Amino acid sequence: MALLEVNDIHAYYGNIHALKGVSLTVEKGEIVSLIGGNGAGKTTTLRTICGLLHPRGGNIQFDGEDLSRVPAHHLVGKGIAMVPEGRGIFSKLTVQANLELGAYTRNDKAGISEDLEKVFHLFPRLAERRTQVAGTLSGGEQQMLAMGRAMMSRPRLLLMDEPSMGLAPVLVDLIFATITDINKTGTTILLVEQNAHKALQVASRGYVLQTGEIRLSDTAVALQNNAEVRNLYLGIE
Amino acid sequence: MEDLRRRLDGVSWVDLFLWGLRIVIILLIVVGAFNTLTSGKYTITTWISLSISGLAQGSIYALIALGYTLVYGILLMINFAHGEVFMAGAFTTVFIANYFNRIGFLNTYPLLAILILMVIAALVSMSVAVLLERIAYRPLRGAPRLVPLITAIGASFFLQYSFRGFYGSGFQTYPTVTALSGTFTVGKVTIPVVQVVVFFAAIALMSGLYWLVERTKMGKSMRAVSEDKEVAALMGIDINRVIVFTFAIGGMLAGAAGVINGLYRPQGVYFFMGFIPGIKAFTAAVLGGIGSVPGAMLGGLFLGVIESIGPNLVLEGLGIDGANQLKDAIAFTMLVLVLIFRPQGILGERLSEKKA
Ligand SMILES: Nc1ncnc2c1ncn2[C@@H]1O[C@H](COP(=O)(O)OP(=O)(O)OP(=O)(O)O)[C@@H](O)[C@H]1O
Ligand SMILES: [Mg+2]
Repeated sequence: MALLEVNDIHAYYGNIHALKGVSLTVEKGEIVSLIGGNGAGKTTTLRTICGLLHPRGGNIQFDGEDLSRVPAHHLVGKGIAMVPEGRGIFSKLTVQANLELGAYTRNDKAGISEDLEKVFHLFPRLAERRTQVAGTLSGGEQQMLAMGRAMMSRPRLLLMDEPSMGLAPVLVDLIFATITDINKTGTTILLVEQNAHKALQVASRGYVLQTGEIRLSDTAVALQNNAEVRNLYLGIE
Repeated sequence: MEDLRRRLDGVSWVDLFLWGLRIVIILLIVVGAFNTLTSGKYTITTWISLSISGLAQGSIYALIALGYTLVYGILLMINFAHGEVFMAGAFTTVFIANYFNRIGFLNTYPLLAILILMVIAALVSMSVAVLLERIAYRPLRGAPRLVPLITAIGASFFLQYSFRGFYGSGFQTYPTVTALSGTFTVGKVTIPVVQVVVFFAAIALMSGLYWLVERTKMGKSMRAVSEDKEVAALMGIDINRVIVFTFAIGGMLAGAAGVINGLYRPQGVYFFMGFIPGIKAFTAAVLGGIGSVPGAMLGGLFLGVIESIGPNLVLEGLGIDGANQLKDAIAFTMLVLVLIFRPQGILGERLSEKKA
């Protein structure tokens, strides 16, 4: 059974029908990429999975448990963490306080400080700035902080919403390399990206979302070679 | 020449008017203070006594102001019914205080009796604040900001008349605590004991709050929620719990302030008593920078002192009669001036920078 199963979900903002029957699965240990243009519904899909929005139709199964009506603050305890769109760091708090909030639901002090060191090992630039107020970090550092913060809950499933948005190419490479590293340590990842090229390189499978519907789904390699994907999302003739 | 003209082009009539207003106000303050001080009518001892009573009164404002600022920090909403939260505690415990007095408990164990009164008042005000959130504000979360504001005013009237229904429309008076009714002298200054007790009781409560916000896990979640509710929820923080907690803490401080206020100003306890302290505490919160905890504390103390020395210092010097009755006018003038010239308050950030 898949770790995450999204079955035919419909989501609305008021009267706007943002998701019109989206289905996808993520197997344990995988990186799955969800790509699509602006306004396709990628963020809405992640928000629905993590309970910030509840589906009006369909259901979401995580590890055999129905999440469709579970409020957002219970998800991190079940093993789902999110790196939100635009990073969503707490800009008035220090780097360390941000990371500690990532471990908010945990009580094992020793484990938390161990994981804090792991995050600092993964992102040495955060270690140098641990007492700095997060709002003063650069965009790339804020992205590292958002990823590190998500890792602080020891998630089984990590949802990432456009982690490469607005970053310089060197940093984009670094972020994607880290995504692969995180995955290698056993964390399953559902990655939302507009950078389809990179997203399909790191993923094993991918989905293409268009105006609230899944348009294509295949292995990452097949999608990279698909004429439509090449044309629309990879910018290759 | 070109340069000067370009610079003047950017200045609107409103700016000029406001600058003029600033200069007039500063002149009035300087002239008033100068006249008073050179008239030699008051000695330095008078000013010190006035400042001390101002600090006592100000510390009560600060306690109430914290309720406004905490709720604003989390929900970006002004709980205009907070004055009534204060009234609920003060009005309920006045009867218990008088009962304690009749049975002799109040003056045999004053400290214990006052503590019990404060706990009761805190619980009553807390319940009112929590119910207010639950019934009046929670259903409106996400509505435009004007809507809960109007509801708050409605809730305010509802609470006033409910408590009038419970306890009647008469004026009640807190009993005198003999242990607090004396004075003591430092140098040439005679200080009423009650003012010192009021001040330190308020400071103790505020230190408790400061510790709570800065050091505890709940305090950390409050700060996370005030910055970003959705992301806070993703961290596993139960937003509703934090919001209820915030109202509860603000309510408890207001209730305790109700008893402290009763020690300081025993008279005038009735269903409408929350209105003026409520608006003054709101002024204090705005003065200190709404949303800022230290700001509310400083704003309260500052307002208390200004209100206490302002009439004698400035108004009398300008030849205004009965200056002492114009305390409230000073407080509200301050509110208007702060809103015009420094809406972010002493410690706060600009309101416009906050996302709504
Ligand atoms: N809060 C909202 N209120 C109303 N409509 C919304 C809201 N958020 C998103 N939408 C609409 O829902 C649709 C899907 O939006 P969503 O944010 O999921 O797209 P996306 O794929 O993440 O786009 P992007 O790549 O630009 O982030 C869009 O048409 C958008 O306008
Ligand atoms: Mg998006």
